[in-house]
Amino acid sequence: MNTFDAMSRRRFLIGGGAALGALALPGCNKVTIPPSYGSILRMADNLTYVAHRTLLPGQSPVREYSHKDISSFPAIGAVTPHEPGKRGYSAAYQKLQQGGFADWQLTVEGVVDRPQSYTMADLKRFPSQTQITRHTCEEGWSAIAEWTGVPLSRVLLAAGMRSSAVSVCFHTFDGRTIHTLDMLDALHPQTLLTYGMNGRDLMIRHGAPLRLRVENQIGYKSRKYLQKIVVKDVFDDGGKNGVAAAGWSWYTGI
Amino acid sequence: MPPETPSPIASRHTGWVKSTHWIVTISFLLLTFSGAEILMVHPRLYWGDAGNGLMPAWLELPISRNYQHAGWEAQEAFSEGPNAPVTMSRTFRTFNQNSWGRSLHFLAGWLLFFAGAVYLLAGIFTGHFRRHLIPRLSELGRKAFGADLRNHLSFRIRRATGGPQYGLLQKCAYFSVVFIAFPGEVLTGFTMAPAITAAHPWLLTMFGGYQSARTIHFLLAVALVLFVAAHIVMVVKSGFRRQMRAMTLGDKKP
Repeated sequence: MNTFDAMSRRRFLIGGGAALGALALPGCNKVTIPPSYGSILRMADNLTYVAHRTLLPGQSPVREYSHKDISSFPAIGAVTPHEPGKRGYSAAYQKLQQGGFADWQLTVEGVVDRPQSYTMADLKRFPSQTQITRHTCEEGWSAIAEWTGVPLSRVLLAAGMRSSAVSVCFHTFDGRTIHTLDMLDALHPQTLLTYGMNGRDLMIRHGAPLRLRVENQIGYKSRKYLQKIVVKDVFDDGGKNGVAAAGWSWYTGI
Repeated sequence: MPPETPSPIASRHTGWVKSTHWIVTISFLLLTFSGAEILMVHPRLYWGDAGNGLMPAWLELPISRNYQHAGWEAQEAFSEGPNAPVTMSRTFRTFNQNSWGRSLHFLAGWLLFFAGAVYLLAGIFTGHFRRHLIPRLSELGRKAFGADLRNHLSFRIRRATGGPQYGLLQKCAYFSVVFIAFPGEVLTGFTMAPAITAAHPWLLTMFGGYQSARTIHFLLAVALVLFVAAHIVMVVKSGFRRQMRAMTLGDKKP
């Protein structure tokens, strides 16, 4: 990040804050914007983020559907990361897949009192949560499925997340891009570490053995093939390994 | 204060009408351009909440290779029965420039939102809408409507007056654009934002679901593009130089 970017961002934040301030809303200057955002194109994403965090009540639950609404569901992006040469291939993932994911573990670390690795059995010992929700892809399509898992907030609290936590980073097997959430979305009651889909174990093409569901953002925040979760006491948007560096919006509540 | 019923020749476009007109023009062009790109990524439209490449479309537009059904494999059903929802993996390379396309759309959207808000507030509080834009009940006779329609169809277009002295059809067109099409675009746009519909689920109810909102968003965009085309024809036919001067520097002669 260079000085010009920092300056224009600050000016922009002040401008955006003033615009929202015109609506007589306090507290908007407290919203911190993702640090990797620089270009003019991203100004609107920042303004959207600030507006959502300021104007919308935090953590409203998204609409839940009924069983008869469950629809066909395309699998896109990485769908076979256990196959060499295919998109998102990972040798480590291939090895786990060959063992039926028995050796798979989810590492939770960072600003937590009890960093540890959870097996699938460990995760299934938490009370499970099931929700039928809509997946909304940035491409324009949508699909409805039933998801079963454990709320991320439960696992973070069990790991002893410290009050200094600001962001949560997700490392996955299918790529080096790090996806992150702020605490409002990380602790959203429907943000789910998901191991079941439509009443059965998650299929490989949908992110087995564990994927994330971020129901109040666009589909690409709901990462498949989870490997590691790192809680940070700084606002980490992935930096040069983040989606913003790859040209995509970090916040996709819109 | 201007008089209740100004003499037709005394009235010219005000500064705020001229500036918001051109800001909205710029944002509309950017929205149409980026909106077309976004539509190309998934050029299929549906009604209801769910719609994707594995479901039948209401309208399929051959505007990019993405509309084709080819390139899906490994079908698996989520449940028993002939109409059971299925999943398939997408294997073909898709066109997708949404990384900048979506952010440009939202940037232009914010521009439209702010300019539109200024325009609507000024239009209400200066009496511009009441005096110039909203057709009077007395004007709305079938006879007058038919006469104005015949004049337009035979291209007997009134000479420009260089100000807001609008004909009946003209008033109806501007009324529809200002109070129906643009607000409809903003609201259906909001309905496509998962974080907004989490807080305001009535939007999903009002438009009949996410995909219905997307389809209405598209249909209103088509209507607005047709309006702009007709608008430009009318500006040319009624005196291009005078109209352009009236909407920019201002008309010298009343």
